Amino acid sequence: MDEGLRSELSKQGIFTTSLQDLYNWGRKNSVWPLQFGLACCAIEMIATTMARYDLARFGAEVFRPSPRQADLMIVAGTVTKKMAPQVVRLFNQMPEPKYVIAMGACAISGGPFKQGYNVLKGIDRYIPVDVHIPGCPPRPEALIHAFMTLQQKIQDQNLTSAKRPRHLDADEPGEFDVPKFGEHDLEPPLNAGVWQPKTVTRTA
Amino acid sequence: METVEQLKSRIEATAPASVVTILANDSPSGQRSLLLSPALALDVARFLRDDPQLKLDYASNVTGIDWPETLTKEKVKVKKLVDGVEKDVEETVEKRVGGYLEVVYHLYSMALKHGPVILRMRTENRSDKVHLPSFTSIWRGCELQEREIFDLYGVVFDGHPDLRRILMWDGFLDHPMRRDYVEPDDYEYEPTPHGAVLDKAKRHHNPEVKP
Repeated sequence: MDEGLRSELSKQGIFTTSLQDLYNWGRKNSVWPLQFGLACCAIEMIATTMARYDLARFGAEVFRPSPRQADLMIVAGTVTKKMAPQVVRLFNQMPEPKYVIAMGACAISGGPFKQGYNVLKGIDRYIPVDVHIPGCPPRPEALIHAFMTLQQKIQDQNLTSAKRPRHLDADEPGEFDVPKFGEHDLEPPLNAGVWQPKTVTRTA
Repeated sequence: METVEQLKSRIEATAPASVVTILANDSPSGQRSLLLSPALALDVARFLRDDPQLKLDYASNVTGIDWPETLTKEKVKVKKLVDGVEKDVEETVEKRVGGYLEVVYHLYSMALKHGPVILRMRTENRSDKVHLPSFTSIWRGCELQEREIFDLYGVVFDGHPDLRRILMWDGFLDHPMRRDYVEPDDYEYEPTPHGAVLDKAKRHHNPEVKP
């Protein structure tokens, strides 16, 4: 639609939009997070929902205690290798469209426990992460910023083209492989369909 | 509070000798401990808890230590006959130290407000003879900590009511706190490595490079 005409119409009190924009606008303002936390980042996540920071302003006040009713998984805290299969399983149980925010240094990379034998080096090895937040722990403002970034991402989703989101593409997976407890490590150590190690080239 | 020597003599009055050895401590704290022989350790533990002058009713802490076998070389002066004349000759003697797992208990008395008394027990080796008696029947609080030592060091506590892994999953084979534990190689992506992480990342990408 022509921008000039849209502008003229809005001056006359007529609001025009596309179905896609309306659909995305509705979805981005009612993202319900899954109520689960893994470590100290969860405390910041709880603070974000409380009166001072008030995540409810963004339509995310309802933390659902069941994955069946949630749209967003905030991975808040250290993901141990013993916990990782359960996190993936919870994500599989969420209905599409679903999103993931990896909150804090541990969830994005293993953080200070990266050298440990029992900590997963980033949850993005098993499930697709939409927004990564660094920080140890990130402040509530950082979580709100991540949430606004996610809202922008939802608003920008193109519903019909080849670049349409996962939940509208029948060929894209809605469930992800749950890693198994091996004798020495999780098997497999990463889901190659979700994450592949970047090649780091260094000089000197 | 009695000294460790007094404790040792009191324990030996109730149990056969050679149950207790006093272990020296070179550190500034000088806190010496009692090394128990595992066969009679339960009787000694029960004595320490029930004795009216001690009443060590609280095991605050149970720890495991891994002592891998190490070879140390010492120079010793030995008298030897060299060409019919007795002479002092320096010889290097190889000494094997360690090769066992150790468990440490810190005991306090809530009733008499004293402590700690430190008990130690050692297994025979690090592979198959790793059984020690469990003190869970005497101090209930040892249960989870003994499970943790079983999980991370591989000490098997006989008489423990529920000896399962506690931090790692069932089916996990290694004991991660042992010195010779080899951790899984998942250092394929290291954006800003340094120190030990850099070494591991290098080894991942080029296994022939030795650190």
